[in-house]
Amino acid sequence: MFHKWIKTCAFSSLLLSLFSNTVYAQVEVFACEPEWASLVRTLGGDRVRVYSATTAQQDPHHIQARPSLIAKVRRAELLVCTGAELETGWLPLLLRKSGNGKIQQNQQGYFMAAAHVSLLDKPAVLDRSLGDIHAAGNPHFHLDPYRMMQIADALCANLQKIDPENSSFYQQNLSKFNDDWKYAISQWEKQAQSLKDKKIVVSHDSWIYLEQWLGLTKVAVLEPKPGSPPSSGHLSHVLSLLKHNPADIILYADYQSDKSAQWLSQRTKISTIGLPFSPSSDENLIQWFDRFFKQLLSTELLSTEL
Amino acid sequence: MGKIILMVAISAALFNATTVFADSEIEVIKQQLDALKKDYEQRIQELEAKLLENEANTALEQKEASYPATSIKNTFNPDISLILDGRYASFDNDPENYELPGFFQGPESGIGSEGFSIGHTELIMSANIDENFYGKMTIALAEHDGELEVELEEAYIQTLGLGNGLTVKAGRFYSEMGYLNQQHTHYWDFADAPLIYRGIFGNQLVDDGLQMTYIAPTDIFLQLGAEISNGSHFPAGGSQSGVGTWTAFVDFGGDIGIEHSWQLGLSHWQANDISGREGGGHAHGGSATTETPSFSGDSKISALDLVYKWSPNGNPKQQNLKLQFEYFDRNENGTVTMLNSGPPEEITSYDGNQLGWYAQAVYQFTPQWRTGFRYDQLDSDNNGSDEDVLSEAGLDNEGHTPKRISAMLEWLLSEYSQIRLQYNHDQSYEVTDHQIFLQYTMSLGSHGAHQY
Repeated sequence: MFHKWIKTCAFSSLLLSLFSNTVYAQVEVFACEPEWASLVRTLGGDRVRVYSATTAQQDPHHIQARPSLIAKVRRAELLVCTGAELETGWLPLLLRKSGNGKIQQNQQGYFMAAAHVSLLDKPAVLDRSLGDIHAAGNPHFHLDPYRMMQIADALCANLQKIDPENSSFYQQNLSKFNDDWKYAISQWEKQAQSLKDKKIVVSHDSWIYLEQWLGLTKVAVLEPKPGSPPSSGHLSHVLSLLKHNPADIILYADYQSDKSAQWLSQRTKISTIGLPFSPSSDENLIQWFDRFFKQLLSTELLSTEL
Repeated sequence: MGKIILMVAISAALFNATTVFADSEIEVIKQQLDALKKDYEQRIQELEAKLLENEANTALEQKEASYPATSIKNTFNPDISLILDGRYASFDNDPENYELPGFFQGPESGIGSEGFSIGHTELIMSANIDENFYGKMTIALAEHDGELEVELEEAYIQTLGLGNGLTVKAGRFYSEMGYLNQQHTHYWDFADAPLIYRGIFGNQLVDDGLQMTYIAPTDIFLQLGAEISNGSHFPAGGSQSGVGTWTAFVDFGGDIGIEHSWQLGLSHWQANDISGREGGGHAHGGSATTETPSFSGDSKISALDLVYKWSPNGNPKQQNLKLQFEYFDRNENGTVTMLNSGPPEEITSYDGNQLGWYAQAVYQFTPQWRTGFRYDQLDSDNNGSDEDVLSEAGLDNEGHTPKRISAMLEWLLSEYSQIRLQYNHDQSYEVTDHQIFLQYTMSLGSHGAHQY
């Protein structure tokens, strides 16, 4: 009885799979993080169909290679990810399982943003006792708008290779993006002048590109080692450190737990800021950065008034 | 400003024209043109300077960003990882007496030894061979009855991006039967295999052969697959030439929102014409030769597996829940002979039906702690022409329904190391056993992605 049932099921699913083959006019894009989904949407407009594997609320280091993701990679014509080992815990498996030749390494549909920018924080020594470190360098470069421009250039070229028919359309979108983006950068830089030389405490070392851009100085990290949760021992060490060398703000990504940041804030009276680490699903990059700065500056003004 | 310069330039040109007393009108026009040219050059220079000024910031910022990243990792070396697994076990009953009445068991279906022991020490190497293939090998070192054994657990190649959702695997690999089977033991949530895996596979089904999978281009995950193998490993076995077994499987999966995901699998394994599959020895105290049951005939296994996972906001590192259920059903038809018996050799016809299931829940409540609960249950109904021979072969369930309840607590020190404490209330056979395991599992080297 059970055997029969299994056979019927297998047969019907075979039929289902044969009839579900549809032809897509749009370029199917699989973006690993929301920032790349947003960038592809800006450059590709209605000529692309973008799926984001993660939301702004998810930690891209720790995603499971879920069946739904395999199904999405199977259909993708372009894969847009951060690279630099950020997705090493799940992306290689998706690629292997997908049976999709277009988006394998070295193919046209394989776009790793890290391959188009320089990375900071390359570790000199690779040892697991140092925590969850990335050999290629710090992969959180999407918080640097200048690097974002280099990536937009490369991504546009990649879209043109995959879909040459719409080449001029992508080019137009890129130059419009570049204009808007340059103007936006000048605005953000004006707004952020007050932040220059501010001392910050971060929960994970994911802000170094922002620090470099805005001239922030990092005085402490809440994680004892990259990837391991803040321990009470390490937190009290940070607390004593801050007594001698006080900081202005405590930064954490809003997908992370704010528990240790709040703990520290209560004892040091330093304000905490949870920042949107990635755009939400309906935001473009400029809207996201605008929101980012609004949040960053509102708290900053508050702390100077006190 | 440009206008003023132009006027100055033109008036200068005119002034020149009037003071130099040019010979002809042509000379005057030439001088005027020269003045205009100079003026325009000046203006262009000014514009260029402005442009440079405007982009100075951009250029400065981009200067250090103009070198593309290079990877430190030597991509020509395969990823190597080593799994160290050790345990301390304590049992109430003598592990030598362990049995699963009613189940035709494989050669490796005990519960291990008491006290300190090392489990499977695994050495795993894998890499993309070239653009077309991926290769992987797993060697396990384990001690059985005081002897160190080297097992080749996996050694396969797999196509990369064959296209159209197709993937072909060849070599020795874990079958896609069920859910847990294709996972390495170090990734299991408990220190031991579910009873049904122990009962019908001898813990895990592995064989040499060929596997083909197809993933449909659908929004929902739909995978169809088939395997053929030579059938020399339990639960097939004996002498085989050509294709001894085949497997077919179908998996469905998807997400419900961001926080929930699921997978449902159906699979079927079949071996026709098994000749002389030897089961685990059934020692009869003192006798020089052990009587071993040997099976010849057909064997079929069908399975259903269901997995559900939940994590708040889709962040499993922080907190997650995993529910897992598997059901297996084995049907066998043929004869069972007791080797080394008689004369006359003991033989019986055999019509076996063995089934079992387990359900487990594992909850990771903080990034560093996990707890889990598992329930196992088996059942069997075996018939044959000679009940005595069946009984000797361990195929009489003695009116007993094997059951087990397990609970575990895990401390995840990091992504690479964990320590587990597990308790089993084991009713595999008539005498209830209380089993305690304290186990560490650590992984060194590169740590690849794990399957769902």
